[in-house]
Amino acid sequence: MKSTIKERPYINPYLGGILLGIVLFLSYYLTQNGLGASAAISRLQIFILDLIAPSHVDRVAYFAEKAGGNLNPLDSGAMFMFLGTFLGGTISGFLNGRFKVETRKGPQITDRQRWLFAFIGGAIMGYGARLARGCTSGQALSGGAVLATGSWIFMFCIFIGGYALAWFVRRLWI
Amino acid sequence: MAPYDVVVIFGKVVGYLIYLLIGVGFGAVLELSGFGDSRKLSAQFYLTEMRVLKVMFTAIVVAMLLIFLFNSFGLLNFENIWVNPTFLWSQIIGGLIMGVGFIIGGFCPGTSLVAASTLKLDGVFFVLGALFGVFLLGESISIPILDELYYAGDMGRFMLSDLFGLPVGVVVFLVILLALTFFYGAEILERIFGGKMKFKDIDLAPHRLLNPIFMGVLILIAAIIMIKGEPSLEKKWQMLPEIERVKLEKKEVFIHPAELLELMNDFQLKVHTLDLRSESDYNIFHIYRAQNISKEKIMSYEFVKDALTEPSNSIFVLVSNNGDDLADVYKYLKIKGVANLYVLDGGVNNWLRIFSPDSSVAVAKSDSTEGMNFIFNAAYGSSLYISNPWDGYSKFEAGKDYIKKVKIQKKAAKSGGCG
Repeated sequence: MKSTIKERPYINPYLGGILLGIVLFLSYYLTQNGLGASAAISRLQIFILDLIAPSHVDRVAYFAEKAGGNLNPLDSGAMFMFLGTFLGGTISGFLNGRFKVETRKGPQITDRQRWLFAFIGGAIMGYGARLARGCTSGQALSGGAVLATGSWIFMFCIFIGGYALAWFVRRLWI
Repeated sequence: MAPYDVVVIFGKVVGYLIYLLIGVGFGAVLELSGFGDSRKLSAQFYLTEMRVLKVMFTAIVVAMLLIFLFNSFGLLNFENIWVNPTFLWSQIIGGLIMGVGFIIGGFCPGTSLVAASTLKLDGVFFVLGALFGVFLLGESISIPILDELYYAGDMGRFMLSDLFGLPVGVVVFLVILLALTFFYGAEILERIFGGKMKFKDIDLAPHRLLNPIFMGVLILIAAIIMIKGEPSLEKKWQMLPEIERVKLEKKEVFIHPAELLELMNDFQLKVHTLDLRSESDYNIFHIYRAQNISKEKIMSYEFVKDALTEPSNSIFVLVSNNGDDLADVYKYLKIKGVANLYVLDGGVNNWLRIFSPDSSVAVAKSDSTEGMNFIFNAAYGSSLYISNPWDGYSKFEAGKDYIKKVKIQKKAAKSGGCG
């Protein structure tokens, strides 16, 4: 499936930020919680693990908390938000002509290299997100808006980590 | 009263549907803002395009302004908003790791999802990688050093206003100034690194770089929040469910001294007797194991944080000389969510009347109502038998017929969207 609509440019970042801020506010207003994605990724992973090795899930405390015994790790608002995020991305991408199979990368690497680094980066990110109890959206964005001290420190640490390594991996992007 | 919990109000079907719709909004806005494109995201770290910073900080300040504006006008009870707890070390290390993952993988978990949703293959691989990463964490978190790191520096609900000791409104205003400074800097950097302009050729006037209406509205709302301040204790108290307020009005939380005595000696419970009297009164006489604490100290972030992390068999009993001057402390702690909170009915004076001290150590005053109604001939602290007449509360008349009021309440489990 490929959308036939001509690809449109992205919107003004400040306008995007205002809209994102309103969505974040609504999330707090209606659910007492901010936005997030990593909790759902974690639940999805535990769900898959529970299918393959249920007794292992019951033995590791971190997994058992979400899927021990009869608990269904997918029975959570976070899962539906995750599903919605996917759906929202698809709708917006489709309407703006950005719904197509492709790989976005720097000019100096191949698609396969990009996929490999995406997987490695994803693994590092997933690990860090669980260690820090939240991803960029759940921790930095949501926690930042309610002035959580740890979230602000976390946010600056992401930027520090990124900038510290950027020069060394510049071949990936520029 | 907002904030609501849609799953509690509407049940799981409608509640989860609302979560789904919020997700749709989230995903759509991320996609529209260009966060499904790894090149746009990584450009942040090469200063050619500062989209990440602009979108993120704008979203943070807009949501922050709305939340605190609603809060200051009593339209939303901020106490019920989930504030990510601060775990200093895991957040520092986790943040640095994520920064590294960001520049290598080109996404964060939320944005990779949006990329995958528009069929970007690098997004798909990133999501698979993230699934693998959270699996690794689950497997390795039981390693002692990581387990320790995961829980190190636990500071609970610790806001920037607690860190700096400033009113929330002032912090909101400062955050706006910080964000505007960042936006201004981002515009200049973009022109230099992205637009290949020379610094001296850039018109540095703020209104040339940023929309003056945008800046003005942000500053104006922040100023309103700062001037209006936080709702008063009484207003916040009124926001609590009626069932909680009635308990105080009907004196259902005022417990008889004999009940406190019984609780104190129940080894399945952890009773915190909090003595709010002056240090000198406390030194003269106090109930066994009572802790002397000032009103100022009890109504602070530190005390609340400790109280909230106590096990669920903990009971807090507020004690003063007469037990009639503790409404504000009680309300404050209740607003902050402290469970199993009670007041000693009639205070220390009532305790002394009922367990009457030996006439060789103290005599009752005839008239006074203020302060302690007994005059002790020395400072006894809790060394007297009547500090804890544990072997014989049933001996006393009062021990036979008082109404037991304490019901141990299990704490409601709360967790965040990313937790």
